[in-house]
Amino acid sequence: MAEPVLKIDDLCKSFGALKATEHVSLDLRAGEIHALIGPNGAGKSTLIHQIAGTLKPDSGEISFLGERIDHLGTAERARRGLGRSFQVSSLASEFSALRNVMLAVQSRQGSSFRFFKPVMRDRSLVEPAMEALGRVGLRDRARVPAAELSHGERRQLEIAIALALGSRAFLLDEPMAGMGPEGSKALTGFLDRLREEAPILLIEHDMDAVFALADRISVLVYGRVIASGTVDEIRGNAEVRRAYLGDGT
Amino acid sequence: MKLSRETTINIVLALLLLALPLVAMQIGKPFYVTLATRMAILGLAAVGLNIALGLGGLVSFGHAAFFGVGGYVAGIMATHAFNATPLAAFPFAIPGTNQMLVIWAVAIVVGGLLALAIGAISLRTSGVYFIMITLAFAQMTYYFAISWPAYGGEDGLSIYVRNAFPGVNTAVPLNYFLICYAVLLAALLVFALARNSRFGAALQAARQNDVRVASVGIRPFRVRLAAFVISGMITALAGALFADLNRFVSPSMLSWHMSGEFIVLIILGGVGRLFGPVAGAMLFVMFEYILGGLTERWQLFLGLALLGVVLFARGGLIGLIAGKARHG
Repeated sequence: MAEPVLKIDDLCKSFGALKATEHVSLDLRAGEIHALIGPNGAGKSTLIHQIAGTLKPDSGEISFLGERIDHLGTAERARRGLGRSFQVSSLASEFSALRNVMLAVQSRQGSSFRFFKPVMRDRSLVEPAMEALGRVGLRDRARVPAAELSHGERRQLEIAIALALGSRAFLLDEPMAGMGPEGSKALTGFLDRLREEAPILLIEHDMDAVFALADRISVLVYGRVIASGTVDEIRGNAEVRRAYLGDGT
Repeated sequence: MKLSRETTINIVLALLLLALPLVAMQIGKPFYVTLATRMAILGLAAVGLNIALGLGGLVSFGHAAFFGVGGYVAGIMATHAFNATPLAAFPFAIPGTNQMLVIWAVAIVVGGLLALAIGAISLRTSGVYFIMITLAFAQMTYYFAISWPAYGGEDGLSIYVRNAFPGVNTAVPLNYFLICYAVLLAALLVFALARNSRFGAALQAARQNDVRVASVGIRPFRVRLAAFVISGMITALAGALFADLNRFVSPSMLSWHMSGEFIVLIILGGVGRLFGPVAGAMLFVMFEYILGGLTERWQLFLGLALLGVVLFARGGLIGLIAGKARHG
């Protein structure tokens, strides 16, 4: 089998006595959506933070595209192609949607130390950014400040930023939250196609979306992976049903 | 082409500042030329700070360090030129100079290096800690100047003849104003270009949300450090001009009052706005002159004005007239 795109090996992280991540190992393979589910407080977002570099694990290894990345900073990991969306959306709120995406485009071009050319007249920034906005359906909202977008639109914008970054893997933390049923359905269809481009590690509470999309599911409870497998295996797993899905459903 | 309201105000302010000394000469009040020059230089210093503070959100309470260092560069080089003693004898003799263009270049380089050193340490902190650590560094330069007798120590250093500019008699107040005014316009151009550039985009985004900036692969620290250095360079240049205006440089240029004054100028005029520092400097010098003539306690009224701005006009004078800033 080919080398996984992202590989997490025996990762541990505690906050005082609280073990937020306990010996977690999982991987993300090319072309798949790997869903990470679990009750609130199971440590899902903490895990994403460690992969993206905003939190430092106590021990364990993270490899991306065959290289160790656990010693690298957030920015360097992003440059290597780890695109993420946040559980609570994190944007430059005064900037328009377009300018938020343009920031990713300029980073991808490796050039934030240019002092003279005005960005808004730079077609090599505006056009790729508009294209990314178009893909998530935000083209009409390009000039609206991020702070004035709806919750759902902000999540779409974060995905557009990750697209514009040319991500080789996506870490999406509850991308459906705050979206209406229409939006969720559209996004489900979009993510279904996106996996061809780069694999997705998906945290999501919307179980319909998870079961419709995921190639594999890992269940995290109190910082531990209690089960990992295909959709059918997880549906049929007695321990998962007890711990998470609720017995008898 | 229709000008935006802010652009119109900017042009009006630029013309007002230019008109002030010209009118002053007409009505036979040459002293106002000096006031206008003060406005231009303090405005220039604050344009420098506005890059760090306005665009980057870096509340530096230590920009007097750069201002004073620029002043001392002018003072020291001019003194050596005047006394015909070398600045340094080893490894080779470096003479002093009374050429402004050389002095400016040295002030910019020294200011930039100092900002690089201070920024590299200070920018590892943020918020109140950043304010305090920049203040601490500036106070260190202040006490260093006081305790260094070679260049006047506490008494400061006089520049006996104003330094020279090719083809211009700088001793004529109006000529010197025009030099300072031109430098101010050049700095405003640098600010405007930087603000709209890729660098400016990353810097302003880092002010709004540094996690977002890191998550797209740009290290906020490096962008901020570059901004801090450019900011220090411009403020150091203003310091060199200020020393030449007064023909005197003293440790007071390095004191925290000065740093506070720059912040006040920007808040009065409008944080992050192109002409905010200029509007602030014009208001400040006017206050200082008019109220200072009426009462020794003019700063009480300045305080009230500042309070009014902070409470009722967050965008400063520019924000009050032109409305909220817009990002494309």
